[in-house]
Amino acid sequence: MIEIEHVRKSFGQLEVLKGIDLTVSKGEVVTIIGGSGSGKSTLLTCINGLEPIDSGRILIDGTEVHAKSTDLNKLRRKVGIVFQQWNAFPHLTVLENVTLAPRKVLGMARAEAEEIAVRQLTHVGLGDKLKTYPGRLSGGQQQRMAIARALAMSPEYMLFDEVTSALDPQLVGEVLDTLKMLAQEGMTMILVTHEMAFARDVSDRVAFFHQGVMAEIGPPQQIFGDPQHPETRKFLSSTRQ
Amino acid sequence: MFDTALTAADFIFLAKGAGMTIVVTIISVIAGTVLGIVFGVIRYQLGAIWAAPLIFVLDIFRSIPLLIQLVLANAFMGTILRLNMSGFTVACIVLSMYTAAYCAEIVRGGIEAVPATTRRAARSLGMTWGQDMREIVLPLATRVALPSWIGLALGVMKDSALVYVVQVTELLRSTQILITRLQEPLLLLMICGAFYFVISFPLARFGGYLEKRWSND
Repeated sequence: MIEIEHVRKSFGQLEVLKGIDLTVSKGEVVTIIGGSGSGKSTLLTCINGLEPIDSGRILIDGTEVHAKSTDLNKLRRKVGIVFQQWNAFPHLTVLENVTLAPRKVLGMARAEAEEIAVRQLTHVGLGDKLKTYPGRLSGGQQQRMAIARALAMSPEYMLFDEVTSALDPQLVGEVLDTLKMLAQEGMTMILVTHEMAFARDVSDRVAFFHQGVMAEIGPPQQIFGDPQHPETRKFLSSTRQ
Repeated sequence: MFDTALTAADFIFLAKGAGMTIVVTIISVIAGTVLGIVFGVIRYQLGAIWAAPLIFVLDIFRSIPLLIQLVLANAFMGTILRLNMSGFTVACIVLSMYTAAYCAEIVRGGIEAVPATTRRAARSLGMTWGQDMREIVLPLATRVALPSWIGLALGVMKDSALVYVVQVTELLRSTQILITRLQEPLLLLMICGAFYFVISFPLARFGGYLEKRWSND
């Protein structure tokens, strides 16, 4: 379970998170939508401790992420994250990209790590690209590799930060299909996305962020069908045009 | 010009000088690179303000002509510290620091060239700072820094000619000794230049080979 309690976070003078409360249960898929600068991506990077927070706390299965005594490297094995920019390791082949962390962080033997990597890469449809360098892959393929790389650590939670935003439109579908597959398999996920149809489709709950505040949260039918907050209505009508 | 008094023994004498050039260069480049990596990482981690004392010291080694550094270091070790240090040792120490000063900047530039987002991805997978440095930053920074580093190594090899001021007889000094005796400067300088070329060429080609090998990714 991920528990986010009254989290505040500023970058200099700018307060990007103004007291966020959110609890995500095991197996749940929560989508965060909202305009740019609403703090959605910042929240994700705070959840796995890549960014410090100013006040409040975030608990992952009861472990406080930002406590001094917490071993972040250990905690991050539980929480995978995939970014808008896929950040492939360009000097490693697709297979090596995926086996690196299991080998170095989990101390797995090469053969075992490769077995898992091949399974994950096949899962995301890259089973035939094992020996290829990321530079030869399309954006969509690199993003799917990044997903496989995170999954190879067998995380219990996955965070997806606008993973389709930097992709050419025709490549968005293949990545969304991968995410949909994960959701159906019961992975606990928090996704930040601009793909409204997708959010409606996969989410158990949808949260709308506005200027650092979670303005509204509810089942997708309610958020998309009967939004309560005026800003939600405004945002949704602007995305529909 | 081809009617020369140069004997096989003279040629061996030159080869010994070349050997000294190679030895001094290899020691200085290896020690200087190791130190340069340490200084470069410290420089990068601390940032410009906290690393200011280090930057200042390295700037000294970069801004004062090597010839002056050698003479002063030799005098300092001998007269002030009263260390019974050979010219060879002084030459290696000064050239190593000189190499380290340049190498530190190359290393820093290489580290900075690795995108922060790539390193963030590594850390998000649970890798420690050290693992990120070894597995991601080191290989990627090496690819960026290699051409400059090859240039530095070749430069140090040629600059090592100056160590004659601390009584080390390397290639150029050997050539000068023969010129004084044989009075055939053109031929001897051509031979000397050929020696330098033969020493440099493999290193330059090795760099080219690595660049080509790494270009697949």
